[in-house]
Amino acid sequence: MGMEGVGARVARKEDKRFITGSGRYVDDMVVPGMKHAAFVRSPHAHADIKKIDVKKAEAMPGVIGVLTGKQLKADGIGNLICGWMIHSKDGSPMKMGAWSPLAVDRVRYVGDAVVVVVADTKGQARDAAEAVEITYKERKSVADAVEALGKGAPQLHPEAEGNLIFDWGIGDAAKTEAALKTAAHITRVNIVNNRLVPNAMEPRAALGHYDNAEDHYTCWTTSQNPHVARLVMSAFYNVAPENKLRVIAPDVGGGFGSKIYIYPEEIVCLWASKRTGVPVKWVADRTESFLTDAHGRDHHTTVEMGFDKNNKIVGLKVDTIANLGAYMSLFSSATPTYLYATLLSGQYDIPTIYGNVRTVYTNTAPVDAYRGAGRPEATYVVERTMEIAARELGVSPAELRRTNFVTSFPHQTPVIMCYDAGDYGASLDAAMKQADYAGFAKRKAAAAKKGKLRGIGMSCYIEACGIAPSAAVGSLGAGVGLWESAEVRVNAVGTIEVLTGSHSHGQGHETTFAQLVNSRFGVPLDSVSIVHGDTDKVQMGMGTYGSRSGAVGMSAIVKALDKVEAKAKKIAAHLLEADEGDIVIENGQLKVAGTDKNVPWFQMALAAYTAHNLPQGMEPGLKETAFYDPSNFTFPAGCYICEVEIDPETGKTDIVQFVAADDFGNIINPMIVEGQVHGGIAQGVGQALLEGAVYDASGQLLTASYMDYTMPRADDLPSFQVSTSNTPCPGNPLGMKGCGEAGAIGSPPAVINAITDALGHENLTMPATPQKVWAALRAGTKH
Amino acid sequence: MSEVTLVVNGRKVSGAVEDRTLLVHFLRENLNLTGTHVGCDTSQCGACVVHVDGKAVKSCTMLAVQASGSTVTTIEGLANGADLHPVQAAFKENHGLQCGFCTPGMIMTATDMIRRHPDGLDEATVRAELEGNICRCTGYHNIVKAILAASKTMSKASKSKANKAA
Ligand code: FES
Ligand code: FES
Repeated sequence: MGMEGVGARVARKEDKRFITGSGRYVDDMVVPGMKHAAFVRSPHAHADIKKIDVKKAEAMPGVIGVLTGKQLKADGIGNLICGWMIHSKDGSPMKMGAWSPLAVDRVRYVGDAVVVVVADTKGQARDAAEAVEITYKERKSVADAVEALGKGAPQLHPEAEGNLIFDWGIGDAAKTEAALKTAAHITRVNIVNNRLVPNAMEPRAALGHYDNAEDHYTCWTTSQNPHVARLVMSAFYNVAPENKLRVIAPDVGGGFGSKIYIYPEEIVCLWASKRTGVPVKWVADRTESFLTDAHGRDHHTTVEMGFDKNNKIVGLKVDTIANLGAYMSLFSSATPTYLYATLLSGQYDIPTIYGNVRTVYTNTAPVDAYRGAGRPEATYVVERTMEIAARELGVSPAELRRTNFVTSFPHQTPVIMCYDAGDYGASLDAAMKQADYAGFAKRKAAAAKKGKLRGIGMSCYIEACGIAPSAAVGSLGAGVGLWESAEVRVNAVGTIEVLTGSHSHGQGHETTFAQLVNSRFGVPLDSVSIVHGDTDKVQMGMGTYGSRSGAVGMSAIVKALDKVEAKAKKIAAHLLEADEGDIVIENGQLKVAGTDKNVPWFQMALAAYTAHNLPQGMEPGLKETAFYDPSNFTFPAGCYICEVEIDPETGKTDIVQFVAADDFGNIINPMIVEGQVHGGIAQGVGQALLEGAVYDASGQLLTASYMDYTMPRADDLPSFQVSTSNTPCPGNPLGMKGCGEAGAIGSPPAVINAITDALGHENLTMPATPQKVWAALRAGTKH
Repeated sequence: MSEVTLVVNGRKVSGAVEDRTLLVHFLRENLNLTGTHVGCDTSQCGACVVHVDGKAVKSCTMLAVQASGSTVTTIEGLANGADLHPVQAAFKENHGLQCGFCTPGMIMTATDMIRRHPDGLDEATVRAELEGNICRCTGYHNIVKAILAASKTMSKASKSKANKAA
C-alpha cells in the first residue's frame, strides 16, 4: 500500500469544489434562454378530473405555456413503468396500473402531477400554476395497505382487483409448516416497518433542453444512474431515441435510492422544452419532495420462528403486506421481494423458510428502494424476532445468535442466496468487546440510581449487494442487466482518465477509484481523473445503488486496467528489448524484473501515441474498455450494539453508545468507508427514533415539511464507534463487499432491541418517539 | 421592484429585485453565487447559511431588500485567495462532507459558532449549536470532528497572535 493507494486514508479529491461553493448541481445550471416550470398537483388523494381550464393561467404575466396530460399523450409520450416483472404464486404477472407523467382523467395521490406551467421566472410559473382551474370529483381514498386489501376498499386501478398487485411466495410453505409443528417453542411477532421519506438534501431537479436545429435533447437531472434514465426514457417513455438524448447527472446532493427512478418531471421538462421551444428547468421545493419522491419501507409483517429444545431454529414463516403507493415505481416490485425475502435467513442456519409477500396499491406516494431497500425490512424482522425469542427462551441474545450462526461457507439458504464468505462470530465478539457488553449490568444500575432506564440491544445483520449476475436477475424478472462498464484512457503524457458507469453522489468515487489506479500503475492521484455522470462521455453504465459501485463498478475498472497493463507491458518490453513476461510496474516505471532497466510510465504512454516504435502489428494508442458482470451477490455482514438511556418522566431516549462492527471484505479508503457507516447508522437511528411519514384518513400527507417530519439532527445522535473485520469476498477481483447501506440496515433493530430491553416489554413500534415510549412505559407489562 | 445595494464577498453589488425575492435567490440568481443552497422551504435545513454583517443567517429567511446596505459573505468568499479557511480545511481533512450539498451552510454556521466560542468548543456544544443545519449523508460524526478540529486550530492561531501582540 502506497501513501495514496488502496488502503490509505486519502482526503477526497472532490472536496475542494464542495467546500469552496463551486460544486455544480442541477439547480446551478443555466442555459441561455432557460425558463422555469411549476407543476399543478392534485390536492386530493383520489379524484376524477372533470375539467381543466388553463385560460386564466395562460394570460398571466411571463407565461410561455400551460400544458396538460392530454397534449402529452397526443405527442406519444408513454406511461411510467416498473422494470422488474414479478409473478404471483398462481403464475399470473403483476398487475401494473397506468401511470401517466401528467394525469389525464384521474389522480391517485396528493401530489400527482396534472398540469405544467412554463414561465419566464419561477415566481411567475408558480403564480400561474395557482391560476389553473381544475374541477375534481373526489373519490373515497385509502392510505393504509392492510385496509386497501380489505373488502369495500376504494379501487385504484382497474387492472388490479382488490388493489392487489401480486401475491408472491418464496421458499417451501409445506415444509416450513411441518417444521413449525415440531418446534419446542415458537416466537410470534407482529411487525410494522414505518414509512420513510429519503430526504436527500438536494431536492430533485430537471433541466430539459430541446435543440430544434439538431433535433436533439439534453437533460440535466438529479440521477444516480443517468444511463438508465436515458435508456428508460428512450425505450419506454418515447421521449427521444438514445442517440438524440443526452442525460447528464452533474454533482448530485445525495440519493439514497430516491434518485434511481425516472420521475414524471424530467420527462415533462424534456417534452415541454420541445413544445414551448425554450429550455425548461424545474426544481422541487421541499414539500414537493416529501409529496412525490419515492418513499421507503411501509411493511406490515407477521412472523413465526420455531426453535427446537436446543434453541436451534427449525423454521421461519413470514407474511408481509407491502404498500407500493399509487403507482408502481421503477424497481418497486423487486424491493419487497428479491431484495427482502431472500435475506430472511439472516446470519442463521435455518433449515426451512417460507415468505409470502402481497403488494398493494394505496392513495399515497409511490414506494420504492430507500437506502438498504428490503434488507432493512428483512433484518428488522429477523433481528427483532431473535431478540424477542431470546427473552422468551431465557437465554442471552448473543448466545441464541451464536447457537444459530452459519459457520461454514459457501452456505446455501432456503431463500435463493448462497453466502460466500463471512465470520459472524468475529463481528459479534468485536462488537461486544467494544461495547463492554459485560459491564452493562453495572451501567444499568448506575443509571437507575439517576432515575434513568438503561437498555442494551444488538443486531446481527446480513445484506446482499452488487445485485448480479445479469442472467440470474434476468431470470428473476429484471428488465435490465446489472453489470458495470469502465473505460481507461491513458493520455500521451501518461495521465489517466477513468470513465465509469457508476455515479457518485457523495460516495467519493473520484478519490477511491483513483486510489485503485494509483496502486496499479504508481501514477499520482492528481494525474488520475474519474469521469462519470454523462451519457455523452461514458458509453453505458448501470449507475450507483445497492452498494454496487465498489464490488461491481470498481471490478469493471480492474478488468480495463488489466487490459491496459497487458498492452503497456508489451510496449515496454519492446522498448527495453526484453521479454514481456519479465516486465513489472513499480513506482511509476515499467521495469525488467531484477534489473535497473526501465522505462517511465509517461514515456511508455508517449510511445503508444507517437507510434514510432511499437511492436509489429500493434495499434497505436492506449485505451481499454471492459464490461464486468459479477458471478454472485456480495454479502456484507456485521454486528451492531446500541445502548440507550430513557428518561421515564419524558419518555426521551438518548443513545449513549453505538457500536458497529462490520465485515465489508477488502477496503480501499477506510475513512470514506467509515463515513458511509456513520451516515447509514444516522438514517437507521432516524427510522427507529424519529422518522415516519404519516397520511391521515383522507390521504393528506401530514409530514410534508421539516417542521413535521423529524430528521435526525446532530444532537439526536452520539459519535459512533465503528470498526471493520475482513473476510474477503471471493466473487470479485478486489474482494470487496460494499458498505453503503449496512448502517441503515443493521441499526433499527439494535435501537429498538435496546429500548424494549429498558422497557421490559415488546409493545413498541417505530419511530420510538418520546410520546410513544412514555406511553409504552405506562402501559407496559413485564416480559 | 426595489433596488438593493450590498457588499458581497468584498464587492459592492446592486440590482433590481421583486419585493418578494429572498436573499438566497438574489445571491444565486442575480449574482450567480450558487454555492449557497436551498434545501427546504421552512427555514429548517441551514443549506442557505451565509454571514450578514458577520453573523450566520439563513438567507432563505431574509428578503433581499432587508439585506440592502449589509455586508454579506458567502461560501465563495470565505477562503483567503488560494488559502482555504481553517474550517474549510478541517472539513476536508476530517471527511466532514459527502455529497457536499449541506456543506456550504455547515461551514458558514461552524465559522460563526467558532467565532462566538473563542475559548473553544466541546462535542455537546457543537451538536447543540448545529440544531439549524441538517445533513443526510454524514451522520454528523465527522462534521462534529471537523468543527472541533477547526476550533482548536483557530483558537491556537488567535492565541499565538495575541501572544505576539503582547
Ligand atoms: S433553505 Fe434555508 S433553512 Fe433550508
Ligand atoms: S454531505 Fe450530503 S447532506 Fe451533508
